[in-house]
This record gives sequence, structure tokens and C-alpha cells, in this order.
Amino acid sequence: MSTPIQLRFRDLTLGYERHPAVHHLDGAVEEGALLAVCGPNGAGKSTLMKAISGALRPLGGAIERCGLDSRDIAYLPQGAEVDRSFPISVYDLVAMGLWRRAGLFGGIGKGNHARIADAIAAVGLTGFERRPIGTLSGGQMQRTLFARLLLQDARLILLDEPFNALDAKTVSDLLDLVRRWHGEKRTVLAVLHDFELVRAHFPQTLLLARGPVAWGPTAEVLAPDNLLLARRMTEAPQDGAAPCSAAA
Amino acid sequence: MSVYDLLVGPFAEFEFMRRALVGVFALAIGAGPVGAFLMLRRMSLTGDAMAHAILPGAALGFLFSGLNLYAMTVGGIAAGLLVAVGAGVIARATELKEDASMAAFYLISLALGVMIVSLKGSNVDLLHVLFGTVLGLDDPTLILVAGIATLTLVTLAIIWRPLVLECVDPTFLASVSRAGGPSHIAFLALVVLNLVGGFHALGTLLSVGLMMLPAATARFWVRDLTPLVALATCIAFASGAIGLLVSYHFGAPSGPAIILVAGAAYAVSVLIGPAGGIVTARVQRRHLEA
Repeated sequence: MSTPIQLRFRDLTLGYERHPAVHHLDGAVEEGALLAVCGPNGAGKSTLMKAISGALRPLGGAIERCGLDSRDIAYLPQGAEVDRSFPISVYDLVAMGLWRRAGLFGGIGKGNHARIADAIAAVGLTGFERRPIGTLSGGQMQRTLFARLLLQDARLILLDEPFNALDAKTVSDLLDLVRRWHGEKRTVLAVLHDFELVRAHFPQTLLLARGPVAWGPTAEVLAPDNLLLARRMTEAPQDGAAPCSAAA
Repeated sequence: MSVYDLLVGPFAEFEFMRRALVGVFALAIGAGPVGAFLMLRRMSLTGDAMAHAILPGAALGFLFSGLNLYAMTVGGIAAGLLVAVGAGVIARATELKEDASMAAFYLISLALGVMIVSLKGSNVDLLHVLFGTVLGLDDPTLILVAGIATLTLVTLAIIWRPLVLECVDPTFLASVSRAGGPSHIAFLALVVLNLVGGFHALGTLLSVGLMMLPAATARFWVRDLTPLVALATCIAFASGAIGLLVSYHFGAPSGPAIILVAGAAYAVSVLIGPAGGIVTARVQRRHLEA
């Protein structure tokens, strides 16, 4: 019995203005996988996340989102562009996660109010409901965004450096949520830099350095020679670069 | 002089004052929420630019039909929408930020307006377009302004969620819905409509004042969106009513009086508003336990 495939990359090339950031990526992510995406800065990790979420069109190849509608995908971008000065409360920001259920006009009924309260409790922010988001600390803000992710009830969850600049307690609380999603058979892809954390919590890893360096069980992927290989990646976009010969 | 003579008398005695009061009430209902969102979307200057852009359209209507309400309204709306939608589309389709594209459009339309005006050359009537006639609002104008207020409230009820979400977290909105673009354009249309409604009373140059000043004032008093919108609307109406009284008692021009009252409310709030006023922030109160 094999697990069904959730995402498949076919000779995927991503980039900006024809300069590739991710080059010829092939492979598949199984449903329910907990996959870390690692690699040096500029390796194309964020670009890959953006493309999976549907916000970026591939330069070549394809991403197959097997049976997934765009609403089944929840995406937390790196340093999410939330306007912290906007006068909105934690409760209302978290409630936005219900968009899929409530849409443009749908009321937020009693059941949903309970869901929102549960999500806020799950990230440990009970008591902060009425606080304006502008008064939150960085960690509290990230907890708020995770509560919103909880409500989105997505089958594929994309996290771009979700634990940056957070203290150990916050990271461990948020990791509990990630493990909970994994237990619920949701597929989670997370861009991460902390190899210790990846080794401890993520069964699978994709090591990316524009092209895929290694992809598989974390212990094998994060072997010293692979990491050395990834570090050597220094392909700056070149103005005069010729069209890629490997392109079909 | 009794309090009655000061505050109620002018409205009880003169019909043009009552009409003006109804007019500023209708304007406030539309301008309050629209102004609040303009401010929160960091589009205050955009609103100003669009107000200028209405001038050539209204002038064109004036050129063909004189001081005709409908010709000037249609001209103003057409010019405003052209600038708003054109700049919005360019901002979305290119790398150019919205303020830059807006500036480009409004400079063009303003120059065009001046050109049209100089063709006809009747500067006296044009003062009407520039500064409005809040004390001379006739029935059709009042109905137009009230209709715009109604349309504004209905439209805002429809686009409220995407509008809010596009301010707070545009990436998130784009990931869950395609409503961002259409609601943005609908909002820009509302801005134009309210500016055109405003220009009959306050003129093209000042109508944006009843949007921006109350919104900016309210920001210094509350920290949540719904009260902010409600308060901005109340401040807009209060500025209108007090401005009319000031203009009545001191024989001052009414449009500038209304905007100056709103400006005074703003100045006071900047200083002592509880939500981040300059003085408030400097006053050391004992910190709390937790």
C-alpha cells in the first residue's frame, strides 16, 4: 500500500524575469508528509513556497497539486506582510482564517466563535482577543498567525521560516501545532535554517540550492557532504546568461 | 445671545441653513467611512490627487452646459473614474507604485482642466466649481448627495471584508480569494463618487477635506476599526454643523469654515488624543502591575 501523492514537481523551473531561482526540480511529496526545506540564502526556498501556493507562475515545468483546490492550501509567507498599524484586534485577525467557510458575507455563527476561541487558546493567546495587533510582540504575532492557520483547516500547509527570531518556548509551542497537523495527516512543508530542529522534528528534508541537492530522509539529506555541496552554490543571476540548454 | 440663538436659531429660521445641514449630514455619512479606509490604505494623497482630477471633468461639463448639476456631475465622475481606475490598473499591472501613477494621471488631468477653463474664461462661475456652494444646495443636488451616501453604505457592506483584509494582509487575501482586485476598484469608484458629491457643497479643492481630516482625527481617539469609522463620520458631521454656524455668525465663507473646524478638531486630537497624541504620549502616568 503506497501513500497517495499530494504534490508533484515535473522539471520545475522558477524565477523572476527569466533568471531561474529554482532549476529543474523533479519529485513528489506524499500526502501527510512533514517535509523541511533547507538550503543557503538565495537557494530558492521561498520562491518554491510561493509557487506551490500559486502566487508565482513557473518559468518551466509544472507543479501538480493532486486534488487540491487553492483553498486547500494555507501559506504563511516569510515575515508575513501584515500591516501591524491597522486598527484590528487579535480576534478579528484570527477570524479571517474562516474565510473559506464564511466567504464574503457569511455570518460567523456560534460554532465558529467557539472555533476561533479554541484556535486562540491553542496558541496560548487566551486573554489577548481584544488587543490591537499593533501591541503584540513578534512571538505573539506569530502565534496569532498560527491560530489563523489553524482555522484555515487546510490540507497542505506551507510555512516560510516560521520560527525566525522567536524564543525557545514559542518555537516549541508552535512546533506542537505542526506535529498536531502532521498527526491529522495534513501535508506540511516548512522552510527552516535550524538543522538541529529539522533533525529532531522533520522526518524528511529537501536540500535545495537552486537545483535539488538531496531529497529524502532527513538524516541522509543533512549529511556533511551534501551540506558542503549546497554551500558551494553561488550562481548569481547573470545578465548575459544564455537560454538554458537543459530546457525542453 | 442665548444658546438657542447660537446653535438652533440659524437652522430654525433659514431654509438654506437647513438644506446645508442635511447636505453635510449626507456628505459625512459617505465621507466618514471612505476617508477612514483611504487613510488606513495609506491613500490619503491619492484622495487628494483624485479630488484635483475631478476638476477638468466638471469644467468640461460646465463648458458645454453652464452650471448644470448633471453635466458637471457626469463630467466629474468620468474624469475621476478614469484617473482612479487608470492609475489603479497601471499600479497593479506594472512595477510603478500607486502614488506615482496617481501623480502622473492627476498632473495630466489638472493641466487639462486649466486648459479647458482658459478656453471659456469665466472665472467667477469657476469659483463655484473650485469652492462649492454649500449654502445654495437645491433639491436635485441634495438628492444626488443623499443617493451617493446610500450607495456608499451599501457598497461598503458588500466589500467590507476584502477591503479590510487587503489593508491588513494582502498576501493572505490573495491566497484565499480573488475579491481583492474588484473590491479595490469598487472602493476607488466610491472615492470618486463621494468627491463629486462633495464638490457641489465644498468645491473640488476642499471636498477631500471632509474625508481625510475626520479620519485622521478619529485615529487619535480609538484603536479599533468599527469605532474609528463611526467616529470619523460623527466628526465629519459635527464639523459640518459647527462650520455652518461659524460661517453664519461671523459671515465667513462656509466651505472653508467647515474644513477649518475639522482642522481644529484634528489639531486638538494630534496634541491630546488618548491614542497616541503628542502630549498624551509624553505625560508619564504610573505604569500598571501587568
